[in-house]
Order: sequence, then structure tokens, then C-alpha cells
Amino acid sequence: MSGYIKNVAEMRPGEVAIISGFTDEQLSVKLMEMGCLPGAPVRFNFTAAFGDPICISVSGYELSLRLEEASTISIIN
Amino acid sequence: MSSRKLKIALVGNPNSGKSSLFNYLTGLNQKIGNFPGVTVEKKSGYCVLPDDTAAEIIDLPGTYSIYPRSLDEQIVADVLLNHHSPTTPDKVLVIIDATNVKRGFLLLSQIIDIGLPTILALNMMDLAAKAGISYDLNALSKKLGIPVVPINARNGIGLDELKKIMSKPQGPPANHINAVWKEVEKPVKELRALLKVDNDYEAYQFLEQPKSLRFLTKEKQQVVEDIRAKYEFFPGKFQGAETIQRYSYIQDLLNEVTLNASDHSWKKNSTRLDRILLHKVWGYVIFFSVLFLIFQSIFAWAELPMDLIDSVFAELSSYLISVLPAGPLTSLLAEGIVPGIGGIMIFIPQIAILFAFISILEESGYMARVVFMMDKVMRKFGLNGKSVVPLMSGVACAIPAIMATRTIDNWKERTITIMVTPLMSCSARLPVFTILIALIVPNQKALGFFNLQGLALMGLYLLGFLAAIGSAWIMKLLIRVKERSFLIMELPTYRIPKWSNVGYTIVEKTKAFVFEAGKIILAISIILWVLASYGPGDSFQKAEAVVLEESKNIRLTEEGLADRIAAYKLEHSYAGIIGKAIEPIIKPLGYDWKIGIALITSFAAREVFVGTMATIYSIGSVSDSDAETIQERLKAEINPETGGARFTPAVGFSLLVFYTFAMQCMSTIAIVYRETKGWKWPLIQLTYMTALAYLSALFVYQLLS
Repeated sequence: MSGYIKNVAEMRPGEVAIISGFTDEQLSVKLMEMGCLPGAPVRFNFTAAFGDPICISVSGYELSLRLEEASTISIIN
Repeated sequence: MSSRKLKIALVGNPNSGKSSLFNYLTGLNQKIGNFPGVTVEKKSGYCVLPDDTAAEIIDLPGTYSIYPRSLDEQIVADVLLNHHSPTTPDKVLVIIDATNVKRGFLLLSQIIDIGLPTILALNMMDLAAKAGISYDLNALSKKLGIPVVPINARNGIGLDELKKIMSKPQGPPANHINAVWKEVEKPVKELRALLKVDNDYEAYQFLEQPKSLRFLTKEKQQVVEDIRAKYEFFPGKFQGAETIQRYSYIQDLLNEVTLNASDHSWKKNSTRLDRILLHKVWGYVIFFSVLFLIFQSIFAWAELPMDLIDSVFAELSSYLISVLPAGPLTSLLAEGIVPGIGGIMIFIPQIAILFAFISILEESGYMARVVFMMDKVMRKFGLNGKSVVPLMSGVACAIPAIMATRTIDNWKERTITIMVTPLMSCSARLPVFTILIALIVPNQKALGFFNLQGLALMGLYLLGFLAAIGSAWIMKLLIRVKERSFLIMELPTYRIPKWSNVGYTIVEKTKAFVFEAGKIILAISIILWVLASYGPGDSFQKAEAVVLEESKNIRLTEEGLADRIAAYKLEHSYAGIIGKAIEPIIKPLGYDWKIGIALITSFAAREVFVGTMATIYSIGSVSDSDAETIQERLKAEINPETGGARFTPAVGFSLLVFYTFAMQCMSTIAIVYRETKGWKWPLIQLTYMTALAYLSALFVYQLLS
């Protein structure tokens, strides 16, 4: 295992992972309020036409995020 | 109990069914006002409870937590943190979507801790049951220390029980959910002692959210500031930790009260629809078809009722003239006030149709998908994915389009959308465009099949669109805000719209326009009427005699004479004098004082340009079908300085460009005033659009002449 931590922006459509943490404090609170919680499984559903924004499923909700926002969510899989 | 009316604040996540519940509780007894000191709209209404008392229900903006993400959400903290004031709600009604409660419980747990009497309404119990979800509601009520009522806001099930509970006397929640952190115990204690705050969490919120404390006096705000400085508070210091702790409490709670959990299989329908509606090609094809349908409907369906309103008010005017004694009061009523009110009513069909569509898009969950698809493109220009709908509707009319920007949460993106929407060529520009194009562009075909006049018209629409996009991009660079733009948004499950909610939206938007923007439109139209109907000195009084004297040697029909008198009167009215006064300013654009008068009068609405030109050139009152008469008259007009035609291509194109960019619409100014709650933005808009119009017209005229 290297020191590099994967994030949601790097996932492929259909991929499932577990949220491990956040890299942007300000965004993390909003993400958690919307249901993105550390330890919760997250599924990368699909992207919009130009690859951005993306749609994910987490805690039973479908959320849309920009890639830069998704890249602040760290994952393990 | 006192006879004081009960105040109940309605709080919930977006898409939790909050507006359905609000509409069910209050019916048509809704009114719109403002929260003091802020630009956020306050929706409230009355609900009669089983004990025959009336409760005021205040619909607070949908939010995910007590920590605001936008100006709208700020109101929730403002209202709920301000205890012991006349505006403090007596109870807070929290609505949660029972099909997925986690996020709703986060907000609920914060509200319980703030310490106002709280009721939980669990909505969409039928969908939850279908998904196989069930809760032990008694256990839940006991655990939370508040009453819990299962409801279905779409068909009104459970609302009688809810109203019964709303009318019962109730104290603050029995339990506290989240004890305040060890680190903040000391500052919280200090603050509570100094300001007599009701409970720990409320005091803690004071420290976390100094922005929400506008209700405190300056001295008290200073006390909060001092404690914040002393203990090195910064916004959001413990917010993340608090959120995690609350969620872990919620997880434990759910483990205890859930009888049966769901497998979310019912969401599959939504996912399947998204595969088509968000498809990389078909998604856009469908979206632009929907936009085109909306646009066509505003254009086509609104025409008949608009013509009807137009003729009813015209007939009312002439009826009043015929029955009332002639005099200044009668003409004020018949020629100033009645047409002014008609000018407000004429917008109702377009507003109603656009908001029917927008409300359906919002209710069905499709609007969030529109944002999802358009975000990337629109963001580049400082706009929002939702800006597409106002921009497109602006091609029909800017008034409903600007009202439609309400759906944009981000303040900066909303303001930019409002500022650039009037640049889209609206239908009122069409009569001006048609007449001028027919005058200067030959009716010929280019390349065998392109009609030149059609190309010119299309070019003007394109010009307006490019100006809108370009201005948006410039404003994105100019307007600086601290508010960070982010998308993080729910894609709600698709639902069939609730038609009564669509109806309420139409009524609400129409009322807001007629009663708020209407006042300003009426005032300006009366001022413009006075300017065009009165003049200084006796040259105006003697109009008839002068014209009779002048045309002594010409044989004129009675109608021809009346037309000449009207032209003379307009020339010597205040509007005429202003038109002549601005001649030096508009001369570089190729205009004379006659066009100057038309510019002044058409500030009411662009299409007035055609009527004024007709009056000035004494063609008499004309309707659209007489456009050819005006055209011939304008074509024959000679420029005394050059001896050539007055309306050269240079003048014509200069006018076309001017009308493409100029604000020239008092109703737009009125609605921007209403939507931005102040004169700052409408004045900036009027200035930049007029400057843009003037400079472009100057450039075009100087280039072509």
C-alpha cells in the first residue's frame, strides 16, 4: 500500500467504495449533511455529458457533485 | 390560554414534501411578505385548528441543517435562534421524508436542541410502507421527547391528527440530544450568564454563527464577539465533529426504533428514467425539446388571452371617455390609469404559463437534472445550470423569466442571470424589428433560399443572445463574493407532480407580480402619459387653432385633421420637448428629435415605438395590420440636412442595434426591483444596458454612414 489515497473523482461508473474521510474541511460538513458519511458505502453512478458533474449514491440518496468536489472525498476499496 | 395567535414555523429538508404540507394546512390563505432586514421572501398562511383557534404557519426555506449554506437558509437560523421576541415561533413543525430519514433527523436533532417546542411529521408513510420500511413511532416519540405524527402530505392523511397536536399546549423538548463539547462548556456558560440564553446549544449557536444574530442589540453582539475572540472561535470550528456525533446518535436511534428496513429497490424506477433523461445525447435532445415546448406555449397560448385583455381594457377606456364628462380627471382615468392597469394585466397569461411549466419541472424532480446537465457549460459564464430556463423564457418575455430566477440558490449566479436576461430579444421587440427591417433590408433571397429579411431578424436574436452570454462572463469577473459556488445537490426521486401545488405556484407568482411590480409599472405609465399628453405654455392649448390655421389651404378629411392635431400636440408636449432636448445626444447615432420622442415614450414598452412613430408622422392610430402604411410614410421621409431619405440603412441598423440592447421596458425594471428588493440592481442594469445600446448604435451608425 502506497501513501496515495484514492478519491471519488477517480472512480469508474458502477464502482462501489467506502468513504474514508475528506480533504476539504468546509466542504466536508456540507457533504456530511447531505449523507456522505465516513464509513458509508458510495457508488459512482454516471457522469454528465462532458464527464462533469457526476452522480453518486450514498446513504440511500442520489447526489450530484462537481469533479473538484468529488475529489475531496477520500475512499478505500 | 391567551387569545394570542399561535405561530408555527415549518421546517424541513428540500424535497421532503414541505410545500405540499404548507399548501394543505393553509389553502389559499397564503400571503407573501419579507423577513425584516433581508431580501428573503416570507411565505405564511393561516390554518384553523380543531379548537377553532387560527395558527399562523410560517414556511421556512428548505435546509439540511441549522448551519446555512445560502442567504435563504440563513433565515432558518435567524428565526429559530431568536427566542423571546414577538416573532419567535411558539412551535416548530419539522417534516421528514419517511422513506429515508437520516438526513432529516440531523436537522431535527439540531432543532430539538435549540429548545423550542417541536413536533415531528413523518411524511410519505405510504411510500415508506411500500418500500417495506416501518418504525416504532411510540418508541421514537419517547426517545426524542417530542410528539411524532405519521402523515401523507400529498393526500392529506394524518393531518387532522397533526392539527390536534399542533393545538395542544406543549413545552420545550424533554430531552437533549447532543451535549455541548467539553471545549466549549466554558464560553457557553459565560455567554449564558451574560446574555441569559435559554440553553447550552442555543448559546453555542450564538458563538458558531455570529452572522445570524442580527436580532441582538449592538452591545449584546459585542459580548458574543468578545467571548468568541477570547476562546478563539471561528465559523465551523466544531461543526464537522458535531455532525458526525449527531449521525452516530441517529444510527443508534434508528437501530432501536426501526422495525423493518428498506432495500431501496423502489428507487430503481428513478435510475432507469435517468438512463434516458440524462443520456449524453438523448438527455440534451429531450431537454431542448422541453425548452422549445415551454417557449412555444408562452408564445402561442398566451396570445389569445393577451389580445382579450388588451381589447377589454381598450374598450373600457373608450367607454369611460364616452360616459364621463370630458376633463383632465376623465382623461387621467381613461388614458392614464386604465391602460396602465391593462399594461400590468397583459403579463398574467405569460407568467401563469411559464410558472405552470417551471412548477411541473420542479415538482417532478426534473429541474435538478437540468442543473446536472447544464452545470459545466453555464458555470463558465458565471451562470447556474438553472439559468437556462430564464434565458430561454426571456425570448418570450423578460418579466416571467426574471421571476423564474427564484429557483437559483446561489446569490451571485442568480443576480447575473437577472442582469443579462433582458438582453435576450423578447416578443415586444418584434414589432419594432419587423418595421425597421422591412424599411431597410430588401425583401430578396440570398443564395437562392435565404430570405434576407429573415436572416437580419435571426441575426438580431443571435446578437441579443451573444450579448447576454458575454455580459454574464464579464459580470462573473466583476462581482466578487465570499460565497463559494458549489453544486452538491440531491437528484430527487422522480414523482408525478401534485397539480394543486402547481396551481398554488401560479396564483402566488401572479399575485406577487400584480401587487408588487404592478405598483411601479402603474406609477411610471402615469408619468409617461402625463409627459406625452401635457405641455408647457399655450402652444399646447392652442394646438387645434394652430393646426387649423396651418392647414387652411389644404383640403383634409376630418380624420386627417385629427391626426395632424395629435402630431402637433405630441411635438409640443413635455415628451416632445425632452425629445428635442436630447437631439444633440442622439444625433451621433443618426436620430432626430422625432425618433427622440419615440425613444422616450417607448420606455414604457418597446412596442410603443411603432405607435409613437405613427402619431408623430400623423398617420393616426394604427394597429399591426397598418404596418405597411407606416413603412411607406417612413420611407418617404426626407432628411432636411442631406436631402436624401431619413431612414437610411445606417439609421435603421443603428436603431435595430439600439433596441436589441436598450432596457426600454419599465415592467422589467419594476420586476428586477421586486426580485432584488432594492433600486441598486435595476439602476445598474438600466445604466449598463443603455450604455451598451448607445455605444453599439453609435458604432454601427458611424461605420455605415
